[in-house]
Amino acid sequence: MMKKNKSGLIFTSPFYILFLTFMVYPILFSFYLSFNKWNGVGEMEWVGLANYINLFRDDLVWKSMFNALFFFFTYVPVMLFLALVLAVFLNSNIKGRGFFRAAVYLPNITSLVAVAFTFQLLLDKNYGLLNMFLSYLGISSINWLGTPLGARLSIDMLMIWRWLGYNTIILLAGLQSIPEEMYEAAIIDGASKVQSFFRITVPLMKPVLLFTLVLSTIGTFRMFTEVFILTGGGPANSTLTPVVHLYNTGFNWFKFGYASSITYLIILITLILSMVQMKLLNEKEVKS
Amino acid sequence: MKRLNKFIMYLILTLTVIITILPFIWMISASFKDIREIFSYPPTIIPDNFSFSNYLQLFAEYPFARNIFNSTFIAVTATTGSLFFCTLGGFGFAKFDFKFKNQLFLVLIASMLIPPQSIMIPLFLVFKRIGWVNTFYPLIVPGLANAFGIFFMRQYMTSIPDSLIEAARIDGGSDFYIFLKIIVPIVKPALATLGIIFFMNSWNAFVWPLIILQDIELQTIPVVLTNLQGVIYTPYNLIMAGSVISIIPLFVVFMFMQQYFISGITAGAVKQ
Repeated sequence: MMKKNKSGLIFTSPFYILFLTFMVYPILFSFYLSFNKWNGVGEMEWVGLANYINLFRDDLVWKSMFNALFFFFTYVPVMLFLALVLAVFLNSNIKGRGFFRAAVYLPNITSLVAVAFTFQLLLDKNYGLLNMFLSYLGISSINWLGTPLGARLSIDMLMIWRWLGYNTIILLAGLQSIPEEMYEAAIIDGASKVQSFFRITVPLMKPVLLFTLVLSTIGTFRMFTEVFILTGGGPANSTLTPVVHLYNTGFNWFKFGYASSITYLIILITLILSMVQMKLLNEKEVKS
Repeated sequence: MKRLNKFIMYLILTLTVIITILPFIWMISASFKDIREIFSYPPTIIPDNFSFSNYLQLFAEYPFARNIFNSTFIAVTATTGSLFFCTLGGFGFAKFDFKFKNQLFLVLIASMLIPPQSIMIPLFLVFKRIGWVNTFYPLIVPGLANAFGIFFMRQYMTSIPDSLIEAARIDGGSDFYIFLKIIVPIVKPALATLGIIFFMNSWNAFVWPLIILQDIELQTIPVVLTNLQGVIYTPYNLIMAGSVISIIPLFVVFMFMQQYFISGITAGAVKQ
């Protein structure tokens, strides 16, 4: 069986070294930093809990959290619903499944920067393709990137476009693991297609759907590039996300002490979310 | 009825594919237009004045060839290095017993819960202190033995029978020799999957290159594209040309190695 010697420890040691240097140390350092005022070059000034008190008074912090929630509750349901529909289609007996699967996945391997710039053109108020299509339907031009709601929906569109195929593939893999006999039995019992979708597919897909939901939660709270390029967090901070706010505080305003307290808030929220999700996933494991 | 269902299915799928592909077509189309045609109404899909001048200008006026080299160098180095250390680490966790192994493995899992972007401020200060700002090290070294890669390889290796390793050990092979000669050849499919994930992440990386790389000569493609954007004027024609170049490598890899991309996505999902 397994050999007990130094090799295992040596082989895994690069991880511990990098983990301590580039994760544990920075996190501890920023804990100290969060009690100081520092612009990165001069002397640090001890301010006690002032940064944490400011955190609760900082409208931008709460606005960025609200925005993240807004994105989560708007794009995730639409995206997962569409992904499930596509996955069901691709799982049925159709020609060109490989082609369709590959085509919807393409956005996910593309540089987000390249894509976000392209979306700026597509969503342009006067010269964009989307407004041109809408004008054919008799809808007058919408200022997508220049109004708060328009900008938020623009981010939603970018997220759905980029992650639809990825989630479709995960859900398709889940569908393929459902045994064919279950559907055959349902047909014998006289169930319609729609009935077997809601009685067989949806319940059996719950764990996989939950998994995609977990990924989307993490993804939403990490959002940076989408917003940084497409809207810059505007207009009027309507698309500001926690990570973009963190970036601005540190690298535009050079408030490293205060930024450290935001760091702790983001880590705290992420850990709480992760724990809730692990609980959900574990419960599911017990059941299945 | 059945035929109608089929028809609707194909219709929806085709529509989805069109919407998916359209931004790419738009990107490519704009890269061959001059800036006036990009901002004209109605928009044209096939450029009226088709020209390569955006591409030529990008290479003539900016160190774009150098930027392509930087992106390639960082992605290749980070991918090969990470594959080596993650496979080694995965082997260590899968096939050896050592003190505090279970606790250390728990630390590895827990470390994946902390989003790397959230520690950008203190980590930047660490890089600054050790003189790594404006170098490639921050984009390669911290991720060399990353938790996800080690976890991924460890899961894959648990299915390798111990008897294979025992046999080699009886023949007098050292543990590192066994790693190179027995383990690495067996895990080749997993290496392809993980390698693609690493390459893709590095090639498309934006946050850290943006923070770290300050000289235009050292920047990667995504960062240099962002820096073309001005306060008053943004040369979208050049940005689109650069964007097209930035998406080509992964498209080519995807065409030939599609199944590894797919298995990379589903690896975590269905087991869950």
